Amino acid sequence: MVCSVSICAGEIFELKAELNSDKKEKKKEAVKKVIASMTVGKDVSALFPDVVNCMQTDNLELKKLVYLYLMNYAKSQPDMAIMAVNTFVKDCEDANPLIRALAVRTMGCIRVDKITEYLCEPLRKCLKDEDPYVRKTAAVCVAKLHDINAQLVEDQGFLDTLKDLISDSNPMVVANAVAALSEIAESHPNSNLLDLNPQSINKLLTALNECTEWGQIFILDCLANYTPRDDRESQSICERVTPRLSHANSAVVLSAVKVLMKFMEMLPKDLDYYGTLLKKLAPPLVTLLSAEPELQYVALRNINLIVQKRPEILKHEMKVFFVKYNDPIYVKLEKLDIMIRLASQANIAQVLAELKEYATEVDVDFVRKAVRAIGRCAIKVEQSAERCVSTLLDLIQTKVNYVVQEAIVVIKDIFRKYPNKYESVIATLCENLDSLDEPEARAAMIWIVGEYAERIDNADELLESFLEGFHDESTQVQLQLLTAIVKLFLKKPTETQELVQQVLSLATQDSDNPDLRDRGYIYWRLLSTDPVAAKEVVLAEKPLISEETDLIEPTLLEELICHIGTLASVYHKPPSAFVEGSRGVMHKRLPARTGSGESTESPDVGTAAGGSAPEAAPSIIPSQGDLLGDLLNLDMAPPTTTGPPPPNTGMQMGGMDLLGGGLDSLVGISHSMGAGFGAAPAVMPASLNAPVGGGLGDLFDLGGGVGMPMGAYIPPKTVWLPAMKAKGLEISGTFARRAGVIQMELILTNKAMSVMTDFAIQFNRNSFGLAPAGPLQVLTPLGPNQTIEVSLPLSTVGPVMKMDPLNNLQVAVKNNIDVFYFSCQYPISMLFVEDGKMERQVFLATWKDIPNDNESQFQIKDCHLNSDAASSKLQGSNIFTIAKRTVEGQDMLYMSIKLSNGIWVLAELRVQAGNPNYTISLKCRAPEVSQCVFQCYEAVLKN
Amino acid sequence: MIGGLFIYNHKGEVLISRVYRDDIGRNAVDAFRVNVIHARQQVRSPVTNIARTSFFHVKRSNIWLAAVTKQNVNAAMVFEFLYKMCDVMASYFGKISEENIKNNFVLIYELLDEILDFGYPQNSETGALKTFITQQGIKGQFQTKEEQSQITSQVTGQIGWRREGIKYRRNELFLDVLESVNLLMSPQGQVLSAHVSGRVVMKSYLSGMPECKFGMNDKIVIDKAGKGGVTNEAGKSDLGGGGSTSGKQSIAIDDCTFNQCVRLSKFDSERSISFIPPDGDYELMRYRTTKDIILPFRVIPLVREVGRTKLEVKVVIKSNFKPSLLAQKIEVRIPTPLNTSGVQVICMKGKAKYKASENAIVWKIKRMAGMKESQISAEIELLPTNDKKKWARPPISMNFEVPFAPSGLKVRYLKVFESKLNYSDHDVVKWVRYIGRSGIYETRC
Repeated sequence: MVCSVSICAGEIFELKAELNSDKKEKKKEAVKKVIASMTVGKDVSALFPDVVNCMQTDNLELKKLVYLYLMNYAKSQPDMAIMAVNTFVKDCEDANPLIRALAVRTMGCIRVDKITEYLCEPLRKCLKDEDPYVRKTAAVCVAKLHDINAQLVEDQGFLDTLKDLISDSNPMVVANAVAALSEIAESHPNSNLLDLNPQSINKLLTALNECTEWGQIFILDCLANYTPRDDRESQSICERVTPRLSHANSAVVLSAVKVLMKFMEMLPKDLDYYGTLLKKLAPPLVTLLSAEPELQYVALRNINLIVQKRPEILKHEMKVFFVKYNDPIYVKLEKLDIMIRLASQANIAQVLAELKEYATEVDVDFVRKAVRAIGRCAIKVEQSAERCVSTLLDLIQTKVNYVVQEAIVVIKDIFRKYPNKYESVIATLCENLDSLDEPEARAAMIWIVGEYAERIDNADELLESFLEGFHDESTQVQLQLLTAIVKLFLKKPTETQELVQQVLSLATQDSDNPDLRDRGYIYWRLLSTDPVAAKEVVLAEKPLISEETDLIEPTLLEELICHIGTLASVYHKPPSAFVEGSRGVMHKRLPARTGSGESTESPDVGTAAGGSAPEAAPSIIPSQGDLLGDLLNLDMAPPTTTGPPPPNTGMQMGGMDLLGGGLDSLVGISHSMGAGFGAAPAVMPASLNAPVGGGLGDLFDLGGGVGMPMGAYIPPKTVWLPAMKAKGLEISGTFARRAGVIQMELILTNKAMSVMTDFAIQFNRNSFGLAPAGPLQVLTPLGPNQTIEVSLPLSTVGPVMKMDPLNNLQVAVKNNIDVFYFSCQYPISMLFVEDGKMERQVFLATWKDIPNDNESQFQIKDCHLNSDAASSKLQGSNIFTIAKRTVEGQDMLYMSIKLSNGIWVLAELRVQAGNPNYTISLKCRAPEVSQCVFQCYEAVLKN
Repeated sequence: MIGGLFIYNHKGEVLISRVYRDDIGRNAVDAFRVNVIHARQQVRSPVTNIARTSFFHVKRSNIWLAAVTKQNVNAAMVFEFLYKMCDVMASYFGKISEENIKNNFVLIYELLDEILDFGYPQNSETGALKTFITQQGIKGQFQTKEEQSQITSQVTGQIGWRREGIKYRRNELFLDVLESVNLLMSPQGQVLSAHVSGRVVMKSYLSGMPECKFGMNDKIVIDKAGKGGVTNEAGKSDLGGGGSTSGKQSIAIDDCTFNQCVRLSKFDSERSISFIPPDGDYELMRYRTTKDIILPFRVIPLVREVGRTKLEVKVVIKSNFKPSLLAQKIEVRIPTPLNTSGVQVICMKGKAKYKASENAIVWKIKRMAGMKESQISAEIELLPTNDKKKWARPPISMNFEVPFAPSGLKVRYLKVFESKLNYSDHDVVKWVRYIGRSGIYETRC
C-alpha cells in the first residue's frame, strides 16, 4: 500500500515561501494548503520548521491548524518538535481558558519522549485549573500521557489527582476523569485504580443525572464494572439507573441495560422489584429497533445475547422482530435469528407464516437462512413440526435450486429429532436428487438414503450414482457416502455386496485423505471380523439431536453480557479475541447472588453465575473453539467477518478437553515436538500426583520455611511443569489462602535462551470452580535464566466440572513461544472459608441428619501433638473445633469446616494420650470430599 | 475508544482524516477503502473487522464516514457519535456533500478537535459549539473574560445546551407532533404488525432560562389524576386537540425517549416531563405506541394471474378518518414483475403511471377526504420467461400525510415558567400542529 503520495519539490518550495510570508492571511492560507496535502496522504514533513514558526500567533484558528500539523509529524521530527515546547508552556498559562485547554489537549498528542517530561508541570497546573473546561481536557490528557509513558504518570502522581477529579463539582470533569481512569485501569487490572466503593458510586450516580450524553455512557460503562456488596445496594443502584432507559441516545440506553442485566443477577427472583425491572427492560429494547439501521444492528446483536440470557424479557415481543421489506440485509439476518430464539408454541403459527414469506425473497443468504429457520422451528417446537415439514415440502416444489438444497439439509435434522415420523416425504426428496450441487445438501441427502435404505426401493441405484464421481466429491460427501453404503449393505446384504466392496476400496486404496481411509478400514475390519457387531455399531440408535445447539456457551454468554453495547457484543466474541495486548483481556463475570449457599438456592434459581454452568452443560454442546479460543486468543487468526459465530462442530468436551484440544494444535504447530507433547498429558498427572497426595511427610521439612506457625497450612512449592516439557519454561508453585483470598503462588523460571513475554494463564473447568481472578502479572519480559515469583489471586466462581481426583486442576500457561498444559492438585484446605464455625446445636442436628453411609474413618499415624495443640493448629487452616469431650482418657474433638461452595464437613477427631495414632471420622453430604479433607488433616497436623 | 475518523467520497478518496490514537496507522485509511468501499456488494455489516482493526461506517448520500478502533469500544456510542457528527456538520454548512466537505475542511478539523478528544466524545451540542467555533474565524481575540468563562461553563455545564442571557421581544413556542404510522397487513386484511413512532419537535424562542412543563394525554398520568379525583389544571391551558378523529381520552405509550434536556429521574418518578429548552429547533421526545392506532387508510389488493403472460390487479383504498379532514400527498405503489412488457391502468381518482425503471405502478392522489373510497385497476402483460423462480410479489406500499396524530396523542399543556424575567406563561404565544405521515405502510398481496 502506498502510504504517502509524492509531492513535487516545486510545490514544497512555493509553500515554504508562503509560510514565511509577513502577511497573516497568506500564512494562514499556506498552512491550510499544507493540511490539505497532509489529509490526502502527501508527505509534507519537510515543512516542519516553517509551520512550527507560525505557532506563535494570536490567531486561534491558525494556531489550531499548526497544532494539527504538529500532532501528525512531531513523532517523525522529534528534535524539531522540541521547538514547540515553549509555546505550549506559555499557552497553558494564557488568560483565555480556551487557549489553555487547546494547549493541554494538543500537548498530550505529541508522542515524543523528550517532550513529555516538559509537559508534566503545565499538566499539573491545568488539572487544578479554576476553569472546568481546562480541567476536563486535562483529565483526558492524563490518559494520553499514560499511553505514552505509564511510569511517568505514576511517578508524577497524576493518577491521584485524577482520582480527586471524580469528586469535582463539574459533571463533565467527573465524566472525563472516569473515562480516563477506566482506560488506565484496563492496563492495570489489579491496581484497584478506580477504587469503586459505595461512596464513589454515589458520586458517580449523582453526576450521571447532570452530565452530557457521552459522559453518561462513560459513567454507566464504569458502573458496570462494580460489584455491589449485597442485593439491597444492587437494587438501589438499579433504581437510579433505570431512568436512563428513556434517554434519546441509544448508547446510553444500552449501557444502562448492561448495568441492569448485570446487577439483576444479585436480586432474589421472588422480589417484586425483580419482576418490575424485567418489565421495564422490554420497551426500551424494542425502541432501539426504530433507530438508524446501523444502531439497529448493534441493538439486535445485543438483544440476541439478552434473549439467550433472559428469554422472559422479550417473549411477548415477537412481532417487532418481523422483517421489513426495506431493512438492510444485516438487519434482516439478525432479526431472523432472534425470531427463532423467541419462537414458542404460542406464536409459532405467526412465525411460520412470516418465514414462508421470507423464503420467497430475493437475497440468497436471507432466503437460505429463512429456510433453515423453518427447520429450527420444527426442532424447537414439537407441535409445529408437522406444519414445518409441509411448509418445507411446499418450498421444495418451487424448484428454486438453493431453496431445495437448504430444505433438504434441515429435513435431515428433523428426521434426527423425530425418527420414524415424517419418512413419507422421502419420495419427494429423492425426486430432487439431481439438482443438488452443494456438498452439505448432497451429504444430507445421502445420509437420508442410507438411514432409510430399507424403505427406498432403489437405494442401491441412488447411492451407486453418487459413487461414479467419488473422487470429485468433498470429504463431507465422501464420508457420508461410505457410511451410507455400509448401512445399506447391513440392511440388504444380498444385493449390495459388490457396491460395498467398491466403496471400501475407493476409500482405502484410492484416497489419500487419512480420515476417509481410517473410516474405511474400520468398516472393513468390522465387516470382515464380526458382521453382527458391525450391525450393532453402524445401525445403533442415534441420540436425539439437541434443540438448541446454536446457543452461546454459558460462560462466554456471561462474559458477553458484561460487555453489552461494545464491539465484543457485536462480534459475539470475548475482547481478547480481537484486542491486542493486555487491554481488555481481563475476563468479566456476572456477580454471584449474595448468600448463594446451597441452602438458599432453590433448584430453579440456578442461573446465578456459579450455578448455571453445571446445570446447563448437559443440554448444550459447547463449541470446542470457545475455551481454546480464550487460551490461544493471541495466536488465532483475526476474525475477518462479523457474521454470527461459526456453527458448533459438536464434540462433547470431556475431562481432558483442554489437553486433548491442545494436543491437536500442538501437533499442528510443530511436528518435531509433536511426539514429545503427545505423551505429556498422559504422563503428567501421574508424575505430579505425588506432591499433595499421601506420603509426603518427608517433603514437609522443606516447607517449614514459609513461616506462620499458626497460620494456614501452605504446602511447599513443587515443580509442576518441568522446563524440558515447556520449551524452557519451568513452573513450580503452591497454593495458599491468605486473609480469605486463595492464591496460586508461582515461580516462573526461564531456562531457555530467548526472552519470554506475554504470559497468560487459564484453568480448565474444575470441581470447585477455581478460576484466575485476574490476569497473570508478569509485566516485564522474562530474560534467560531469570526467575520471577508471581502470586495469582483465584476466585471460586468459575465453571464447575467434577474432576478425578477431586482436587485436580488443569492449567494452561501461554507465553510468546507456545501454550503449555499441566495439571496439579491443590490442598482442599485452601477452600475452607473463615466462617466455617458451626453452632453446637446445628452441628448436633446436622451430624444426626447426615446418613451413616456418608461417614468415613481414617487413621493419622505418628502424630505427637496433644489435642489442644492440634485444635489450634487446625484452626489456622479454618478447621474449627466446636466442642471437646473427654471419655476414658480419650479426647474427642468435634470440628466443622465449610468449603467455598457451601458444603459443610463435620469431623470427630479422637486423640488418646500416649498413642501417636489419631482416628478421624468425617461426615459430609458430599462424601467425595472426605478423602481430600483427610489428606489436609494429615498435612496440617504433621506440618 | 475511537482511534481515528475518516471521511471518504464515493470513489474512496479520503477527504478528512483525523487520527486520535497511536495504534491506528495511515494504512487503515487504505484498508477501509479496499475492503469496504471498493467491495460494495459484499459488505454486509456496518461493522467490519480487518486485520484486528474494527471499522464502523455510515453513509450520507455518497459520502462515507468511518470510525476506526483497535479496542473493545462501545459500539452503540460510536454510531451515535457518527450520526451526531453528521448533525453538527449539517447545521454548520448544510448538506453533507463532497463539495461542502472540501470547502469546509478546516472547520471540520476544528470541530473534530473539539468534539472528540483522544477518541472520547465531548460536548457536541451545536448550540454550545457555535458560541466559539464559527466559520468566520475564531472570535478568540475579541472575547472578554466574562464571555470566555460563559462559553466554558456552558460547554461543560449542566445545561450545556442553552446559554444565558437570551432575549426575545416576543416569546414564542412552536410544537409539532410528527407521527409516522407503520403497518404490515396480510392480503386478507389482518394486521400483522402496526405501530406509530412519533416525535415531538419544538422551536422555542424564549427569553432567559425558562423552565417548561409538557403534558399530554398519557394513560398513566390521566389514570392517576382520575383516581385522585383532582381536577387537573390542564383544563384552562388546554391547547386543543388539533382535530384528532377519535374521542378517546388517553393513549398507552409503549416507550418514550427524551432529549437530554429533560429530567429523566423526574419522569421516572412522577412521569412529568420538565426541562429547560435549548434555543431554536430541537426534538423534545420520541415515543412509540402500538395500541388503538387509527390506521388512516386501508388497502385492499386483488391480484389475479390470467395465464402465464397476464396479471390483473385491482386495488381499493379506503380512508378511515373524519370526513371533514383531508389527507394529502397520497401515493400508492403497486409492484410489477420484472418481466412486465406493458401496463394498462384505469383509476377513478388521481393519476397513475407505470414506471418501468422502478418496476411499479405509481398512483398519486393529491387530496382525499375521510370516509371515502377509491379504486385502481390495471392489466399487466408479461413476457414469457423460462425462469422457474416465481415472482416474489413485494408488498403494496403507501405514502400519505394526514392532519392528525394516528396514535391519538394530544397535547394537554405546555407551561413556561421564568421567574427572573417578567413574562408569564400567558404571555408566551404557542402553536401546536399535528402531522401524521406514513412510515412503512405495506399490505401484502
